[in-house]
Amino acid sequence: MTPLLEMSGGLSAKAFGMFFPSDKFSPSFESIATVTVGAGGASSISFTSIPQTYKHLQIRAIYEASATTGGTPRFTLNNDTTNQYRYHYLVGDGATASAGDSGGAVGSGGLGSGIQSTAQFAALILDILDYASTNKAKTIRNLAGFDANGSGMVGLGSSLWTPSTAITRVDFTLQSANFNQYSSFALFGLKG
Amino acid sequence: MGTPTYDPIQTVTLGSPANSVTFSSIPATYTDLILVMDATADATADCSLTFNGDSSALYSRTVLDGNGSSATSARSSGGTNIPINYNGALVTTNPIVNTINIMSYANTSVNKTILVRNNSPSLGLALIAGLYRSTSAISSLTLVLSGGHNFATGSKFTLFGVKSA
Repeated sequence: MTPLLEMSGGLSAKAFGMFFPSDKFSPSFESIATVTVGAGGASSISFTSIPQTYKHLQIRAIYEASATTGGTPRFTLNNDTTNQYRYHYLVGDGATASAGDSGGAVGSGGLGSGIQSTAQFAALILDILDYASTNKAKTIRNLAGFDANGSGMVGLGSSLWTPSTAITRVDFTLQSANFNQYSSFALFGLKG
Repeated sequence: MGTPTYDPIQTVTLGSPANSVTFSSIPATYTDLILVMDATADATADCSLTFNGDSSALYSRTVLDGNGSSATSARSSGGTNIPINYNGALVTTNPIVNTINIMSYANTSVNKTILVRNNSPSLGLALIAGLYRSTSAISSLTLVLSGGHNFATGSKFTLFGVKSA
């Protein structure tokens, strides 16, 4: 097998062993579905009929906007667009660190003000914790950002969805824009 | 049902000090790479990242950091690498832990975006969005310390691959 690791000074690397010996433990992180945008772009990205057999969900994505650099990308759960969301964010634009929130109950979760670019692909890692629970409101956290070699935005977002309903659908949209070709969202499930 | 993923590709714990660590011949069969590092250095230093042995001016980053008394943001553009920690974060005592997400690393239609979470208990923490302005698939990556300093013995690096459906 071709060695994957080298160290400076000509020293040989010693693999310490597998960090997660998958042959001894049941795998707990599973890929569920992927949506990749084609040549025509897309106004939204949707995951539907999400299986209820996991403990948490993670969505990993790259996305580029057709317009409106600096807009706020958003998500909804179970196609709910009523004012049952609140969010907070902490972002940096390369010059200033700032914090903000939704200013009350609103109709979608927010991924962080300004993390939307027409120049380069932004990246997103979003976690929906205990998504299948019917006993609690849902907390969503995300890390997102882009850099465009002279501009950029990076930050954290935290969202609340107040219903105790299990989540079976997640939709993503951009502010006043479509997703460009090659934008890609992947849904993963974590077993608990 | 889903397909199991989040595979460990390679792990190393340094048996002796080293100025750089390179993962090469990275398989192109995953969607994202995740590099987790837990490291100290032989002196205060910064760690930077390059891809495919490329040291041309194709790297840039936007950073948000905090040191316990203030939060700031900064940018570097047109660089020859991506710094991946709070300034001066690697020290000789408390290790830093970085999680480096390299998104769509094998996709030849897009430039490469990375997201870094840097935890430096001695100094602060940082979030970094980095850009490697190349559509080439990433087949190798190198971490190197500034000033000729070395990662200390016992520093640990694990590369994972995550494959989407």
